[in-house]
Amino acid sequence: MSIEENPAPLLDVRGVTLQYRTREHLITATYRVNFQIHRSDRFVLLGPSGCGKSTLLKAIGGFLTPVEGEIRLRGEPIRKPGPDRMIVFQEFDQLLPWKTVKQNVVFALRTGGLLSPKAAEERALQAIDKEGLTRFANAFPHTLSGGMKQRVAIARAMAMEPAILLMDEPFAALDALTRRKMQDELLQLWDDTHFTVLFVTHSIPEAVIVGNRILLLSPLPGQVKAELNSLPRGECDAGRLKLLEDTIHRILFSDRVEEVNES
Amino acid sequence: MSKTDPFESTACPERPDIHFRPVPPESLGALAKPLTFRERAWNNGALRKTALLILLGLLWEGYARIVSNPLLVPTFSSTVEAFGEGFASGVLPNRVLYSIRVLLMGYAAGIGLAALLTAFSVISRFGTDLLETLSSMFNPLPAIALLPLALLWFGLGNPSLIFVMVHSVLWPVALNTHSGFTAVSPTLRMVGQNCGLRGINYVLKLLIPAAFPSILTGLKIGWAFAWRTLIAAELVFGVSAGQGGLGWFIFENKNQLEIPSVFAGLFCVILIGLAVENLIFRNIELRTVRRWGMQG
Repeated sequence: MSIEENPAPLLDVRGVTLQYRTREHLITATYRVNFQIHRSDRFVLLGPSGCGKSTLLKAIGGFLTPVEGEIRLRGEPIRKPGPDRMIVFQEFDQLLPWKTVKQNVVFALRTGGLLSPKAAEERALQAIDKEGLTRFANAFPHTLSGGMKQRVAIARAMAMEPAILLMDEPFAALDALTRRKMQDELLQLWDDTHFTVLFVTHSIPEAVIVGNRILLLSPLPGQVKAELNSLPRGECDAGRLKLLEDTIHRILFSDRVEEVNES
Repeated sequence: MSKTDPFESTACPERPDIHFRPVPPESLGALAKPLTFRERAWNNGALRKTALLILLGLLWEGYARIVSNPLLVPTFSSTVEAFGEGFASGVLPNRVLYSIRVLLMGYAAGIGLAALLTAFSVISRFGTDLLETLSSMFNPLPAIALLPLALLWFGLGNPSLIFVMVHSVLWPVALNTHSGFTAVSPTLRMVGQNCGLRGINYVLKLLIPAAFPSILTGLKIGWAFAWRTLIAAELVFGVSAGQGGLGWFIFENKNQLEIPSVFAGLFCVILIGLAVENLIFRNIELRTVRRWGMQG
C-alpha cells in the first residue's frame, strides 16, 4: 500500500512521539506514530488502556506538543487548541453546569465563531434537534441522564462544524444499551453530512461498528501495530464482523500473527 | 427420601416465552400522590426555622424570668421592647445605617483586592505563590489585632475601620476563590480552551462560574468576618469618633447600664446577620449553584 497515490490527507500525523510528566516520571505515551486521516473518514484509534490513544487525541486537540514528529491539519501544523477540532470527552462534566442545553451550544458557537447571537441560536437549535433533544433545550445539564449529556456534547461539537471531530471514548461511561443506541445515532448523523471523525475506543466491537478505518496500537508506549479497513457503512454481515473482530483480537494480543500479516 | 426440600425436588419443565403489552403511560393518569398538608409544612425550611426561632425565644424568656435579674439577663420581652423603642426614637436605625454603610465600603474594598490578587494568581505562578504565602501568613491574624496599628496609621475614623475590615474580608475571599479555581475539572478547562476561550474571557466565562460554589462560600465567610470585625472595632473606638454605629450603641448603653438596650443592639446584629444570610445569600444560592446542580 502506498500513501503517495492518496490525495493530501486532512490530518497528517507523522512520527509523533508524545511524552508527559507525572510527579516522579517522564512517561512516553506514544512512540513514532504515523497515520493519515482523509475527508469523511471515521477513523478509530483502538488499543488497550495505556497505549496513549487519549494522549494522541489531546495532542491533535492542541493540548500537548509532540517531542518528535509533527501533526498537521490541512497542511498547517497544530500549535494550540481551537474550535476547528472540537472534542467530545468521555466525562459527563464536559457541559458547563451553569448553562442550559441550548446555552451550552450557543456558548461554544459564540466563543469560537463569528456568528451573531440570532444565527448562533438558530444553529444551536438545529443541532439540538438533530440529537432529538428539542424537549430539553432549556434544561440544565444536571437534570439529564448520562446518554443525554453525551448527546448535548455531540450536538455542541457538531454545531461548530469542525474540520475534524475528535471523540475520546465518548460512550465508555454509558450502559451497554445506551451505548449501542448512541453508536447507531452517530452513524446516522454521519450518513447526513459525512463529517470527518477521529474516534478513540478500547472496545473492539465498538471500533468495528463505528469506524471505516481502524488503527491498532500496542501499549506502553503506544506504537502502531496495524491500520485496517473496517466493513463499509451499511454492511452488517455478522460473519464478516466476527471475522474482523477476531483478526483485530489476534493482532492486538499476539505478536506472532502480526509478523505473518506484514509479510 | 420424603424429607427432600420442596424447592429442590423437581426441576421446572420447559417454560414458554410470555409477552405482555404495557399500557401507554399517557393513559395511566396522575401517578404521583399529592403530599398531605403536614408533610408539605414540614418540608418548608422557612417554616421549620421559624418554629425553631420561636422555641429559642420562649426558652430565653423562661430562663430570664427564672433568673429574674434584669441587669444580667433581661427578658426577651423587655429586649423586644427596648428594640422597639430604639427603632421608634430613630437612634437604632441611624446606628444600623451608619454601620452598614461602613461595612459595605470595607466589604467592597476587600472583594476588589481579593479579585486582583486571585486574578494575578491565575495568570502567573509567582502570583499563586504570593497568594498562598500571604494568605497563610495573614489569614490566622485576627483583624482586631491590627486595630492599634490602623489607629496609628489612619487615625480615628472610617479609614481605620475599613482597613481592618479589608484585612478580614480579603484573605478568606481570596483563599476560597483560589481553591475554587484550582478545583475546576481539567475536562471543563479543556472544553473552554477547545471552544477558543483565552485570557480574561477564560477567567470570566469559565473559571469564575465553574468555581462559583467556593467563591460564594468565600463571600459568605467574608461577610461574617467583616461584620464581626466592624462591631468589635466600633466597641473599641466609637467613643472618640463622635458618631458611631451599632457597636458604639452597645458600648454606650452598657455604660449607662441600659442592659435591655445592650441586648437590643446585639439582637439587631443577629437580625441583620439572619436577614443577609436568608434573604440575600440564600437567593443568590438558589438562583445559581442550586439551579445548576453544583450544590446539593
